[in-house]
Amino acid sequence: MTHSIKSRIADTIIWIFVLAFTLSCLIPLVNLVAISFSDNAAASANMVSIFPVNFTLSSYEKLLSDSQFWRSFMISVERVVLGLIVNMMLMILAAYPLSKSSKQFRAQKVYMNIVIFAMLFSGGLIPTFMVVKQLHLLDSIWALILPGAVPIANVILLMNAFRAVPKSLEEAATIDGASQWRILSTIYVPVVLPTLATVLLFTIVGHWNDYFSALVYINKTSNYPLQTYIQQLSVDVQNITDPQKLIEYSKISNRTLNAAKIVISTLPLLLIYPFMQKYFVTGIVVGSVKE
Amino acid sequence: MNNKKDQAAFHLMLAPSIVFLIIFSFIPMFGIVMAFQNYIPAKGMSGSAWVGLDNFKFMFQIPDSKQILINTIVIALWKIIVGTFVSIVFALLLNEIRVRFVKKFMQTVVYLPNFLSWAVLATVVMNIFSYEGPVNAFLGWLGIDPVLFMASNHWFRPMLVLTDVWKGFGYGSIIYLASLTAIDPGLYEASSIDGANRLKQLWYVTLPGLMPTILLVTTLNLPNVLNAGFDQIFNLYNPLVYATSDIIDTYVYRVGLVQRQYSLGTAIGLLRSVVGIVLILSANKLAQKLTDYRIF
Repeated sequence: MTHSIKSRIADTIIWIFVLAFTLSCLIPLVNLVAISFSDNAAASANMVSIFPVNFTLSSYEKLLSDSQFWRSFMISVERVVLGLIVNMMLMILAAYPLSKSSKQFRAQKVYMNIVIFAMLFSGGLIPTFMVVKQLHLLDSIWALILPGAVPIANVILLMNAFRAVPKSLEEAATIDGASQWRILSTIYVPVVLPTLATVLLFTIVGHWNDYFSALVYINKTSNYPLQTYIQQLSVDVQNITDPQKLIEYSKISNRTLNAAKIVISTLPLLLIYPFMQKYFVTGIVVGSVKE
Repeated sequence: MNNKKDQAAFHLMLAPSIVFLIIFSFIPMFGIVMAFQNYIPAKGMSGSAWVGLDNFKFMFQIPDSKQILINTIVIALWKIIVGTFVSIVFALLLNEIRVRFVKKFMQTVVYLPNFLSWAVLATVVMNIFSYEGPVNAFLGWLGIDPVLFMASNHWFRPMLVLTDVWKGFGYGSIIYLASLTAIDPGLYEASSIDGANRLKQLWYVTLPGLMPTILLVTTLNLPNVLNAGFDQIFNLYNPLVYATSDIIDTYVYRVGLVQRQYSLGTAIGLLRSVVGIVLILSANKLAQKLTDYRIF
């Protein structure tokens, strides 16, 4: 009897805590959406909590005519598409030979060492910047894609997935006279689809969220991708050195418009997110717990 | 004969990746000589004067260098410790929720912040902790004076840790939740027959079962002690809080790229990556010894 009461109290406490954790993740984002649909006066006065105050679409209307925002949006889309193609191609093509034993692919060890060395050691930010500059890639979208064309961590993840494919599948195909290209495309790739989905989604998120490479490699602000554009919204704040001015600034800034920009900039991720969850959870578990 | 064709195919498959790695990973490594030069862009790497270890010596003489190193390590350590703890606690709590769809929904929500960029989340964080934001409104309601969280050297570091943990705890809990499901249910039955209550079960069954995963994740986190989170700090800090928040990465960016002191920036970056490699290799060795797991 007392046991079940105790247990029920424990359950209640657990529910309260889990709920608190969950709400802490949900409320800030809901608040942002609410601000974007509120009128500016209410937002500036901090009256908006989780429901919009004086509901209005005015900030979204304003946003529609912000050509720089949409230009940046399209640059981000272009980058994700190009980056995805380049990354996935190179990733699959590199991971497959690396997954072979050194008996099957004699130079496997040599290539593996090259790849691991490149992963561990780099010239760093400034020498890489110099190379990109000398290749005249500055201010072009390729500066955002080519330096990271080979995502080594994902190559290794995929390599491990290829290694787990049963050897008998390949042997059967070899007897039929299939080439390695054919074996890769018709046997290996379909078998590791769940892992591919995981790295695909990580690649999309990575390209969409990256603001920093544009900050370094793109000089013209009109060529900024979306996240860099968003990042620049808060840059003015960063250069304010007087606390009093910081307070004033937060009053005059156009909160609702900025909120709308951020909502739209995260919308594509929110749309694919429910579909990705299944994959990244298995992806993480497979990638980390090997028992 | 077939084997020759296979070898050629393998080489061909790797060729494009190797070309990109040579251009964007290996050629920049030669740029490291800048760290030992007084690099002047107009003269180039071949024309700039050699200064030996002067840049490194200078680096240690900068009055802020000690502070930057301390900031980096302190911020990173707090993030690792608090982050691991909160992820484990959340996984344990969520594991007790038996209502399937509620659990699913909660997981969806807490994993989400990890996928949003700091460029976006910085605005969210600054809104909430701003001078007139909800947190200060709440403090005012309690009769406490408002605090400039994001511009106070006293508060900024705890804010960094708090918001970083907030962003990552859900994602971090995935692996713990997975290993919780791997614990043999028979152990719980046996312990409950022996009269163990839920707390005792947690202590004697769940935690020991979770230990290998905790050990592994913590070991793999080891290299991160030099990685205090550039994205987060870069998007949240301002000159007012440089004293407590400037880390190696933010410093290299400001000195190297913004102020164009290429040689100094490269030298600092080089030292950081050398220490980083040592940490990664040690973690790999350690993980292999403790749990038979290899990163590569």
